[in-house]
Amino acid sequence: FYPGCEFLFPQASVMFAQCNRKCVSSVLLIALLCCILSPPAQASKSSEDIRCKCICPPYRNISGHIYNKNVSQKDCNCLHVVQPMPVPGNDVEAYCLLCECKYEERSTTTIKVIIIVYLSVVGALLLYMAFLVLVDPLIRKPDAYTQPLHNEEENEDARSLTAAPTPSGSRANTVLERVEGAQQRWKRQVQEQRKTVFDRHKMLS
Amino acid sequence: MVNAGDMNGSGNLMDFLDEPFPDVGTYEDFHTIDWLREKSRDTDRHRKITSKSKESIWEFIKSLLDAWSGWVVMLLIGLKAGTLAGVIDLAVDWMTDLKEGVCLSAFWYSHEQCCWTSSETTFNDRDKCPQWQKWSELLVGQSEGASAYILNYFLYIMWALCFAFLAVSLVRVFAPYACGSGIPEIKTILSGFIIRGYLGKWTLLIKTVTLVLVVSSGLSLGKEGPLVHVACCCGNFFSSLFSKYSKNEGKRREVLSAAAAAGVSVAFGAPIGGVLFSLEEVSYYFPLKTLWRSFFAALVAAFTLRSINPFGNSRLVLFYVEYHTPWYMAELFPFILLGVFGGLWGTLFIRCNIAWCRRRKTTRLGKYPVLEVIVITAITAIIAYPNPYTRRSTSELISELFNDCGALESSQLCDYINDPNMTRPVDDIPDRPAGPGVYTAMWQLALALVFKIVITIFTFGMKIPSGLFIPSMAVGAIAGRMVGIGVEQLAYHHHDWIIFRNWCRPGADCVTPGLYAMVGAAACLGGVTRMTVSLVVIMFELTGGLEYIVPLMAAAVTSKWVADAFGKEGIYEAHIHLNGYPFLDVKDEFTHRTLATDVMRPRRGEAPLSVLTQDSMTVEDVETLIKETDYNGFPVVVSKDSERLIGFAQRRELILAIKNARQRQDGVVSNSIVYFTEDPPELPPNSPHPLKLRRILNLSPFTVTDHTPMETVVDIFRKLGLRQCLVTRSGRLLGIITKKDVLRHMAQMANQDPESIMFN
Repeated sequence: FYPGCEFLFPQASVMFAQCNRKCVSSVLLIALLCCILSPPAQASKSSEDIRCKCICPPYRNISGHIYNKNVSQKDCNCLHVVQPMPVPGNDVEAYCLLCECKYEERSTTTIKVIIIVYLSVVGALLLYMAFLVLVDPLIRKPDAYTQPLHNEEENEDARSLTAAPTPSGSRANTVLERVEGAQQRWKRQVQEQRKTVFDRHKMLS
Repeated sequence: MVNAGDMNGSGNLMDFLDEPFPDVGTYEDFHTIDWLREKSRDTDRHRKITSKSKESIWEFIKSLLDAWSGWVVMLLIGLKAGTLAGVIDLAVDWMTDLKEGVCLSAFWYSHEQCCWTSSETTFNDRDKCPQWQKWSELLVGQSEGASAYILNYFLYIMWALCFAFLAVSLVRVFAPYACGSGIPEIKTILSGFIIRGYLGKWTLLIKTVTLVLVVSSGLSLGKEGPLVHVACCCGNFFSSLFSKYSKNEGKRREVLSAAAAAGVSVAFGAPIGGVLFSLEEVSYYFPLKTLWRSFFAALVAAFTLRSINPFGNSRLVLFYVEYHTPWYMAELFPFILLGVFGGLWGTLFIRCNIAWCRRRKTTRLGKYPVLEVIVITAITAIIAYPNPYTRRSTSELISELFNDCGALESSQLCDYINDPNMTRPVDDIPDRPAGPGVYTAMWQLALALVFKIVITIFTFGMKIPSGLFIPSMAVGAIAGRMVGIGVEQLAYHHHDWIIFRNWCRPGADCVTPGLYAMVGAAACLGGVTRMTVSLVVIMFELTGGLEYIVPLMAAAVTSKWVADAFGKEGIYEAHIHLNGYPFLDVKDEFTHRTLATDVMRPRRGEAPLSVLTQDSMTVEDVETLIKETDYNGFPVVVSKDSERLIGFAQRRELILAIKNARQRQDGVVSNSIVYFTEDPPELPPNSPHPLKLRRILNLSPFTVTDHTPMETVVDIFRKLGLRQCLVTRSGRLLGIITKKDVLRHMAQMANQDPESIMFN
């Protein structure tokens, strides 16, 4: 949740776009808390999250080998990690000089959370896209608004004849109607953008 | 807000759902802002706050908050940009490996993460472990053999097509502005152009999501340019939370410049390079205050990314190298050769890419964007899979090419013949003869080079988010590594030649092919984008080696010279010209001897200038004038006889003011006189109530005389950010020069098509 919450923020931000002061400051506070607390908030490292990796190249007739062990940083050296030692006692020092040991950390929680959040966002967008492309035209048969995957030059004349919905003078009071209005406005904006970019090639080649 | 008063108790929370009321002072879409007016409005606001701050403690605190709001915005931008970059990096890592197999213990691990704790990795095959299985193993139980290869190949192509199709559909359905690199449009926006929705929330969301998808699909593109766009969207979002920035387009662009710096900073792990990139490439006006704030935003972003730690080793970028082997003066010759190669490649790429994009704009190719993406992805996947250097992601390829070959490496590129009695420590391996693996790698790399050069031309500019930093660096790195290996083998086999004798003693380490790869990458990137200082700084921040500044600079300078010999424009300026954005480049020099009369409108034979008079036009006359013409503004003169200039009135403000007046003021009818003076004119009795429009009049429009050289006029437009300039002679108004006229004139002088400047 912590690193991903900024990612969710774009959608939540539509809700708070024109809040008054208190609302804005509380949202900011949440955002800051979210993002500052998240990355360093690792109280205890599970055993999966740390390791010491020692790479030992081929030596005389011993082939190269990689050793992984989860030890702490002060124990991350050749003597602790390379076990069983492939060379006899007097050669250990020469062998260990060739080996290189590195201490590495990762955060499995971060990876899991980010991937799952990303997949859910993609899934939500897919569902919404399926809704807009397949279900919406059936609900709104009279309006020729949503044929997003086809080119729209054919629809231009039909659309120019339909009147613009909800002039700014009259207020629809119920929340549902206002959400409807906002969604219609957004769809019109996206359609304008689509015409500019995909059909008229006026922008973005 | 006008109607906010008569709302019922559902509160201000739902006001965002209503259509925003256009008030005087906002700009229309695809118009240029008035920099001088924005600056003076900000000065007014600041003066008001400062004077009120002396009144009470609360006002004083408010003035402090206002002063700090800039830093708070930078902090927020840095946090969000860093977080988004971390998310993108982790998701790309996972999804790229998804094309080849899946981790059975936890599906969200990429290949490297899956085998992280395994003890079954071997020296030669560092990523082998039983938890990770390729698709052929999972589906049919075989991991070797022809049928397994074909199955893996087929699934690789299927995954790539699936990701690309998903990406282009999302772009098409939700946010068409999310395609392309974004940097040409951001350059135009920062120079004062308004593109509504380009930095919006949906564009941000879709660009982030689809960027992961297209990079994972194996297409030959990068994520650095789109990350700049993503960071600017974050900047736009946070600046709209504070009225200091949301109401002032000029101040908002300062925030966007800083956000662009944060974007490059997280893309490369180079905060200083990010600030310099923003200064050199992206921004138009970059006041010194923005420099410090950009640096702060870039640092915060880099710190946030580091704490998310996407690559598991506290590095910010996948290809951070850390060797410090010295280089020799004689190596400057191959470095300069690499610079020449970079410049030539840059020219070739720009010309071919612009030709292809122009074809996409004007012919039937542009009618099938989804099909085009799918075809290019299929071709890329089919050709990329057999070659191990193109099968993996481009970042990993660059990382391997930058790496030096010590004793610990076991990849094919490092298959040198080792002396079995050698017992030197890891950093001091002398030059060795190449083994068979290196020869195989060389011809595979050559094929990869040709493939990447060709396919990137067709990939950049498609209707998906695409950047070109990484592909350019890949081309350069491949070429550089090949040259480096060549020089290394030459030095080994002919160590008795004069040039090598002084520097390369047998048994010593002379040539580092990884350094040649870095220099090649810098040369190619410089040849395409024509960056100078920012490129060198980014490269040495990437590598951590201050010793390598001189080779990097040599290559960057050479590639810029060679590329400039063929054409003055970098790839971003070329795309700006292709799309006809009204961008007046500060780098262009205007050296022609034309005068203002040659450029001003109206020309000889055209209709005379449409002007408003000070106090002799009626409301109906004004409305007719507005309806019949589509000019953005009208000069106001004393009268039609003496054409002495009073000021300039904007079209949008005239329309709004007349509409307001008709609705609100009593007695204003079509026959009412419109006056721009302080006091109403003498009117006969029984005439309708006159309409005073002085408040929308700009009393200080910029004027030049008709004999002003165009060089000066262009300079004035650039330095002050003007939209139009009036031309007078002996005090009388002659004509008007708009920014578009200036751009058309410059295009004409450069023998380009002046009609390609669009956007009213």
